[in-house]
Amino acid sequence: MRIKISHSITYAYDEPVRQITQILRLTPRDHDGQHVMSWRIEPNIDGRLRAGQDPYGNLVHTFSADGPISGLSIQVDGVVETLDLAGVVRGAIERVPPEVFRRDTLLTAPDDALREFAVAATRTDATPLAKMHALTEALHSEMTCDRSGQRNGIGAAPAFAAREGIPQDLAHVFMTCARQLGLPARYISGYVAASDALPLAEGAHAWAEIHLDDYGWIGFDCANGLCPIDTHVRIAAGLDFADAAPVRGARKGGSGENLAVSVSARKAGSRQVNQ
Amino acid sequence: MVAFDEMTGMGTELRPAYDALDRWLKEAPPEMLALRRSQAELFFRRIGITFAVYGDEESTERLIPFDIIPRVLTKPEWSKLEKGLRQRVTALNMFLADVYGPKECLKAGIIPPDLVYRNACYQLQMVDFQVPHGIYCHIAGIDVVRVDADTFYVLEDNARTPSGVSYMLENREVMLRLFPELFAMHRVAPVDNYPDQLLATLRSVAPRSAPSDPSICLLTPGQYNSAFYEHSFLADKLGIELVEGSDLLVKDDVVYMRTTQGPKRVDVIYRRIDDDFIDPLVFRGDSVLGVPGIIGAYKAGNVTLANAVGTGVADDKAVYSYMPEIVKFFTGEEPILKNVPTFRCREPEANAYVLDNLEKLVVKEVNGSGGYGMLVGPHANKAQIETFRRKLKSHPEGFIAQPTLALSTCPTFVASGVAPRHVDLRPYVLSGANGISCVPGGLTRVALKEGSLVVNSSQGGGTKDTWVIDA
Repeated sequence: MRIKISHSITYAYDEPVRQITQILRLTPRDHDGQHVMSWRIEPNIDGRLRAGQDPYGNLVHTFSADGPISGLSIQVDGVVETLDLAGVVRGAIERVPPEVFRRDTLLTAPDDALREFAVAATRTDATPLAKMHALTEALHSEMTCDRSGQRNGIGAAPAFAAREGIPQDLAHVFMTCARQLGLPARYISGYVAASDALPLAEGAHAWAEIHLDDYGWIGFDCANGLCPIDTHVRIAAGLDFADAAPVRGARKGGSGENLAVSVSARKAGSRQVNQ
Repeated sequence: MVAFDEMTGMGTELRPAYDALDRWLKEAPPEMLALRRSQAELFFRRIGITFAVYGDEESTERLIPFDIIPRVLTKPEWSKLEKGLRQRVTALNMFLADVYGPKECLKAGIIPPDLVYRNACYQLQMVDFQVPHGIYCHIAGIDVVRVDADTFYVLEDNARTPSGVSYMLENREVMLRLFPELFAMHRVAPVDNYPDQLLATLRSVAPRSAPSDPSICLLTPGQYNSAFYEHSFLADKLGIELVEGSDLLVKDDVVYMRTTQGPKRVDVIYRRIDDDFIDPLVFRGDSVLGVPGIIGAYKAGNVTLANAVGTGVADDKAVYSYMPEIVKFFTGEEPILKNVPTFRCREPEANAYVLDNLEKLVVKEVNGSGGYGMLVGPHANKAQIETFRRKLKSHPEGFIAQPTLALSTCPTFVASGVAPRHVDLRPYVLSGANGISCVPGGLTRVALKEGSLVVNSSQGGGTKDTWVIDA
């Protein structure tokens, strides 16, 4: 599937900002299931934009600008060709051994409820792969997913206690359970295109990948109750959201930050498909 | 438990190092000693040397009790100890360079890889990054305890931001003022050159691009940190600026300090902020203590952080248990200092033994410090033991256990007079581009409660001056 993505992130400040630095993880890389045809990141104000990589191999842009800045918009546009590989991620840049992803983090700190749930939901399954499918289904039916894009994540244990959360929370809950079962789990940020299979899922999204000895990394998307298919565009991986967040920023001065985000991820026009 | 006494050995002799001190103690009029003790306390109050105890609402700042009877080591004793410390710190630095670089010790099976990879202190940001001059742990505080005349054990390696050196310096200053007659009777090796050595160490590790007179500052989390007094004390002694995160800014991967004359470039930062809080763009995003972009500047090679980011993986208590093998692997020598035998609760057999012997063992959290999260079996009540039993069953990997060591005792003033109290020793070892240095002695901490083995200041410990004398 060829997916055209347009993502705009706009900040407005009541009081102008003196200096701003943002770390942007907004650029996909190729793997066997996705090929980046074109990609472009453009801030709407003058500043310094430098490209680099983080320890996980994610492409990172550091944008910094001096004020006064009363508003900032970052426009991301690109086209990615995807294949449905049933969630298997091969041929990606891997800079960190899987063992690292068994660490607990602030957002994936387990509690007793999660420990018990992880075991109970996977008790009847023999293989790690079957356990992860069972866990995906269990969380998909157990938890309500808020796709409004209006909230911040709250971390695995609180989200599980509420049986509700944004896709980020569901990914953290899933990862926490998987790590409790001894499996390396990593957080993935990305996009999901609207499709017949997932008509309501369009937008920025988050899911998890689990490392299984026989398969390598495999994606699991509990918000949608499936393994990522060709609707999913993978952007960044990390120990949790904090490592893979699309934007991390720091500013000096300014106040009253207002954030507006719009994302469209659609099948690219039939003209390209027919060529 | 009968412990070795620094003054009387097994209680049957007067050890030569304490000969003159013993005579002086016997001859000194009790009123004079009482007066000097109260003068010492007054002195510490006046200079404002305090520490904060977390979770104590009544007083945010307390005075660490100071005991006027010094702890004495002879030069030969110290020489051997110092040799062991240099070897240990050399190995710690080589270990850090290896786990963040070629990982030979993992490939050779010296230490299980998951102990490194799953360790939250193993900072991925540091992998394959060349730190300036190859040094990670510029300032180490190695906690050692003594069990007999010849044997010292390392209890803990502190490779992150070890504190307490200000007490070492202040204790000596107070002793010199109050007891000049004692110093006339002994040839005590000086410690007051520590600030010069620290400054020389920090200067030596400036980035190669820095000017010959590099600009150095001390980065503190601020006045609410338990060691803030020490931060301001050291900045003053070293003649460097004391800064908080908000006093620094990063532009184009260069760190600047705000001054009244405008931004001034910074080359070396002696940072007393933990890794997690040092850069909100990279580590904890909710940190207001750190400096956004400082890791970018560090990785661009434009500033040196001392200690380096990620040194915590070397002083983790689970990694500690492999230190004898680590020392051998990297130095090719037998370890001079012993390690306390350590049960790794992550290993099922070891954990089973620990669970069966909780009342005899000391159980420590792998990532705990300051005496928090610790069980001293012989001194614990049933409820405390059961709490730890549950913890050990649900997360064995979070704990290690050690036999309770008979830490040596040292004569100490207590309510009833002079009595033996258990002590440890934290020498400070500095590693710079020009080698390792270590002032003679260190900080002696003393457990003031009778029979107590916990010397941490947050748990009722005090300090003593530490003497290395020409016997």
